[in-house]
Amino acid sequence: MNLVLDVAAGVLLVVAALLSVAAGAGLVRFPDALSRMHAGTKPQILGLICVVLAIALSLREWAVLLTLIPVVVLQLFTAPMSAHMIGRAGYRTGDFRSELLVADELEDDIARADHVSSEEAGEPVGRTLDDREGDDDRAR
Amino acid sequence: MSEEGERRAILRGVLHQLPLLGVLVALWMLLWGSVSVLTLLTGILLAIGVTRVFYLPAVALSGRFHPVAFTRLLFVFLGQLVAASAEVSAKALSPRGIRSSAVVEVSLLSRSDFVVTLTAVLTSLVPGSLVLEVDRERSVLFLHVLGAERPEDLEDMRRRVLKTEERLIRAVGSNRDVERLQGEGVA
Repeated sequence: MNLVLDVAAGVLLVVAALLSVAAGAGLVRFPDALSRMHAGTKPQILGLICVVLAIALSLREWAVLLTLIPVVVLQLFTAPMSAHMIGRAGYRTGDFRSELLVADELEDDIARADHVSSEEAGEPVGRTLDDREGDDDRAR
Repeated sequence: MSEEGERRAILRGVLHQLPLLGVLVALWMLLWGSVSVLTLLTGILLAIGVTRVFYLPAVALSGRFHPVAFTRLLFVFLGQLVAASAEVSAKALSPRGIRSSAVVEVSLLSRSDFVVTLTAVLTSLVPGSLVLEVDRERSVLFLHVLGAERPEDLEDMRRRVLKTEERLIRAVGSNRDVERLQGEGVA
């Protein structure tokens, strides 16, 4: 029984390592900042779950398991936030290659909003990216 | 508002906050690795202190919880996490690499901050989709979809997010949102 659990723990560690390798490869190989965020933040969540499961399987103690649960839960809640904040900043500062996007519905939406607000205020359409900041704060 | 009504509103606010306080206390006890009167009492004190000092607007929980739907949500999520992790890893390692991506707009059904936030978190956790922007007033999420090439890929992603939201509403959504789901004909 113990051998089975140890082998399972070993397999999980290898899987976690492979996920980390893939994340590293994606970080280098993906074309722009937004794509790299996927590689940098996502596979590690499953990787972390695998590592934590491996620790739980090899130590087999309740106290350990109980301290591991918050590790996973906190990771699940914080990783999307950091990814969102960096992604959002990346989009707003134009730190991505728009020629690689097959569709950009946020751009369309901003254009629509600009059009509507300029019709209301009688301003000319077509503003630069820096002007979006103020718009967004008002909408919030 | 009468005094009685005011008191009831305060009581309701406290009741709504109780699950969150409970989670903080449980976390404190987990960190100490012991369940005792001492950790319980210090936990309660700290939970109240933390929520006072780092004040945030109260999270409006729906007050509804469906255990079966919640279990289903968890298992579907785990399945998606494994499948999507493998997919992104394969993309990262494949010689072809990533040719293109897309930014997709998804209009959610629910107007509840709680459901919209959880949908965004679950969508973000699954590799291949990243929440770039949230329009809270209209409940619209803007996602960056890794490796999207054809228009079908965008529709797939939209459908996937809406399915996630549907499962979430069934698990923890308010009665009103569940009714809206049925009204949409997806039930």
